[in-house]
Amino acid sequence: MSVRLAVETFAARTAARMSRLAGAGGGTTLPGKLLWKLDPGAIDALAAQLPEGTVVVSATNGKTTTTAMAAEILEPRLKLAWNRSGANLVSGVASTLLAQRDAELGLLEVDEGALPEIVRRLRPRVVLLGNLFRDQLDRYGELEHIAERWRAATEALPPDTVLVVNGDDPQVGDLARDRMNAIAYGIDDVRHARPTLQHAADSRYCVRCGRPYEFAAAYVGHLGEYHCPDCGHARPELQVRATAIELDGLEAASFTVETPEGSIRLRLPLPGLYNVYNALGAAALTQALGTPLEDIRAGLERFGAAFGRFERIAVGDKTLLILLIKNPAGANEVVHTLLEGGAPNLLLIALNDAIADGKDVSWIWDVDFEPLLGRAERLIAAGDRAAELGVRCVYGGLDEEALEVQPNIEVALDRGLELTPPGGELVVLPTYTAMLALQRIVTDRGLVKPYWERM
Amino acid sequence: MRIRIGHLYPDYLNIYADRGNIAVFGRRATLRGHELDVKAISIGDEVRPGEHDLLYIGGGQDREQALVAPDLVAKGPELEDAVAGGAALLAVCGGYQLLGRGYLGRHGDSMPGVGLFPHETVAGERRMIGDVLLEAELVPGERRTIAGFENHAGRTKLDSGAEPLGRVVAGFGNDGESGYEGVRVGRAIGTYLHGPLLPRNPWLADWLLSQALAHATGGEPPELEPLPDRLETLAHAVSAQRARDRGGRF
Repeated sequence: MSVRLAVETFAARTAARMSRLAGAGGGTTLPGKLLWKLDPGAIDALAAQLPEGTVVVSATNGKTTTTAMAAEILEPRLKLAWNRSGANLVSGVASTLLAQRDAELGLLEVDEGALPEIVRRLRPRVVLLGNLFRDQLDRYGELEHIAERWRAATEALPPDTVLVVNGDDPQVGDLARDRMNAIAYGIDDVRHARPTLQHAADSRYCVRCGRPYEFAAAYVGHLGEYHCPDCGHARPELQVRATAIELDGLEAASFTVETPEGSIRLRLPLPGLYNVYNALGAAALTQALGTPLEDIRAGLERFGAAFGRFERIAVGDKTLLILLIKNPAGANEVVHTLLEGGAPNLLLIALNDAIADGKDVSWIWDVDFEPLLGRAERLIAAGDRAAELGVRCVYGGLDEEALEVQPNIEVALDRGLELTPPGGELVVLPTYTAMLALQRIVTDRGLVKPYWERM
Repeated sequence: MRIRIGHLYPDYLNIYADRGNIAVFGRRATLRGHELDVKAISIGDEVRPGEHDLLYIGGGQDREQALVAPDLVAKGPELEDAVAGGAALLAVCGGYQLLGRGYLGRHGDSMPGVGLFPHETVAGERRMIGDVLLEAELVPGERRTIAGFENHAGRTKLDSGAEPLGRVVAGFGNDGESGYEGVRVGRAIGTYLHGPLLPRNPWLADWLLSQALAHATGGEPPELEPLPDRLETLAHAVSAQRARDRGGRF
């Protein structure tokens, strides 16, 4: 390590310790921000010190869960520098690399917008790109622009970097088309295809000629088996596939993962097709690192949810089930999965509009909440935009008598728990900063450990 | 009474919750004992004279807008006939731009528009994104506020003498400098305020429904029975405050 880097990392690590001592939180981005100010090139040097290199994961939806799955698979054999807290901008990546001094491999979840800069600096061994959905257009801009930036970033990758893509996403799958070192994964089980494309489906039009794709199967949003009847652009050949999928309500999904090195049958203790995609991504990624199939199976089978992503928390004799919602495609999958387990008759939805949630809340109208609204006996609308959410629910078919509007998330949570029968489960759907608020509340009450103590 | 809505290109132009606006028309019409009949108008479909009481066109991403633009221009005379015949129209965001005379891109590329609205749009350097609050007076003497969200790169310049939808209280508006937002031509309204424009501005939804009813009956726009709008008023107030606090800044 150069003297300059040593001084900088010492200063930044001290800042992290002081942040925690001051009770300001996990120190997840502050030291990175400081390091970034001192020397933007420092993260390149820190990454270069990792003996096993780095891998990078990005997607609109599922990147935190996919990365956590990969960590579960890899951790028995490797010491990881993993940004578990979800701090996925350049500053968060820098902080993670700083904090893990004896790590062997960097496992990094990366924000879609930050991906180009981070892969340029880290020169990762493997880059996994999961999907692109419309998301917080006030922050990220249009889908096409993100896709263009991803294209430029992947074209500039070193030739020995393995590019792993979700072949079921037309925009993302196309990134691997002309690359030697590429792996495409996807689902092959038409029994689970949706009858129609959902309302908010993106990428319906051929990336080459603009004609509408024909979908032989659509699994999650626009993810599926597509081809263009005009120019023939179609889903790439899949190297890693999920077949024979059995969904077990809110509990689990069982499926076979077929790879060039053989097949495994596994039971993933998370529900929904979107988690099958997350698991496939983690499997393809870790296989590209040389992980044996048996380790992949074992890691996925013992996986527990990332915070707020289908996490269950015991509160006395009741349970909180927290499912993050942040954009139409992700929220639609949450709704669909909830329906698999039988629609809950009590629901708490929390809508905030901070920058990290998206200041523009119009996306709630593109979520297919309707099947939940018709059946809910009580719905608590919470968060800074609770009234707007209430309007959405009533116009979507919720009986106005069944609605309670309570902007304060803590008060809303207590009201929800009060209405939950003993032994029952309260389903909470928060946006990102509402989820962080919930995290603070349950941590302050001693129901879960702070996440920096769980690392 | 049956109110017939023609929704232009719902498969292409639906980026910001345009169906929320349609849902508001539906519920508010039903609560007054009217029936709403919404039909999609897609690429290649003909718009027959008198067929619609209200036309709706939403916003899309650049790619989708480019895909529908040629068809929309071809439909231009039919749309102009419909509006001249007294049909109401709401055009949001991309649809608002496309109904003007044209869009000039940053690299000199240009996309011709329909010419139904008296404006031209030029691409700007930075997107104008944020909460926005307007003051409008669609009925003389009745000043009302409109709260919403804008996200556009285009700077739309109204022709001199053209009537804007409203005055910008907070936010960017048409071009970030004129102090005006949107356009109004009789019963036709264009605006950058996207997504849940109508859920949080129910009076505007009612004004449009009333204009559509006038077309359907051939009479004057009727007074609609007032609704409680408790939640809508609250949502409007929060949105308006957001605009005052953080709207219209780069």
